[in-house]
Amino acid sequence: MDIFFILFALLTVVPAFLMVVTPNPVAGAVFLILSFIGMACLFVLLEAFFLAVLQILVYAGAIMVLFLFIIMLLDVREVEKLRPNTVTAAAAGVSLLLLVLGLIAVLAGDGLSGQLLSALPAVPDYPAADEPLGLAQKVKAYGYGLFTKYMLPFQLTGILLLIAMIGVIVLSKKRAAEEGAESAGADS
Amino acid sequence: MLSLNAFLLVSGLLFAIGFFGVLLRRNTLVIFMSLELMLNAAILALVAFSRFNGIMDGNLFVFFIITVAAAEIAVGLAIIVALFRKRQTVMVEQLNSLRH
Repeated sequence: MDIFFILFALLTVVPAFLMVVTPNPVAGAVFLILSFIGMACLFVLLEAFFLAVLQILVYAGAIMVLFLFIIMLLDVREVEKLRPNTVTAAAAGVSLLLLVLGLIAVLAGDGLSGQLLSALPAVPDYPAADEPLGLAQKVKAYGYGLFTKYMLPFQLTGILLLIAMIGVIVLSKKRAAEEGAESAGADS
Repeated sequence: MLSLNAFLLVSGLLFAIGFFGVLLRRNTLVIFMSLELMLNAAILALVAFSRFNGIMDGNLFVFFIITVAAAEIAVGLAIIVALFRKRQTVMVEQLNSLRH
């Protein structure tokens, strides 16, 4: 089990880092797909099989293909010629270092045994959540939770998707004034 | 080794890498991909907490995060395309007309 965890953790973290440092955005998108696949493997280790499938379908499948499509549509020729500003790069490096050091201090201080965080109270401190749903692997359990306890948030996400859809249509539509200017330019 | 902390360490590392990318890169599309990475780090932490506490709620929250991420990506990419149409660039340092 351990060897699989280390393998999948590396498959997740290393392509993610390569995505950040590679100058070519297309290569970055492919590295990010690899990282998402590694994360789906970690979900399998966590016995969330349905979420692993969903991760591959939605993230690696739909969202990253949309990204690649936009990258190719924009056809950015100059591949970030200017080197990053030294101050910005130094600040980014220092913040990465501090975050990683903090993580190691908090999580690995006791040899990754999990003593520190499992000592947190398991009972939530707000009244609406005092009946947590039991963990299950079946897809049925996900549907049951979404349609009973999380009914209102579920419907709100539907409205959010509708708003996003309308927003994208409005954003990508050419404005009447712009169109008029362009046709006038074409005439002259 | 297969403890909650090991998974949280991976999740935190991914978040740190995403943060590093947002600060370092100037290509808007790569910054957007780094944001996706940070959202995914949060998803991994939720699933790990859910598994080790024996409750379903964290797994269900992943659905909402995925939905919000999809909506965010659709709107964000539409904004980037509109910006590219107007300014012919996606580099952050050339999109500074609000500064002056």
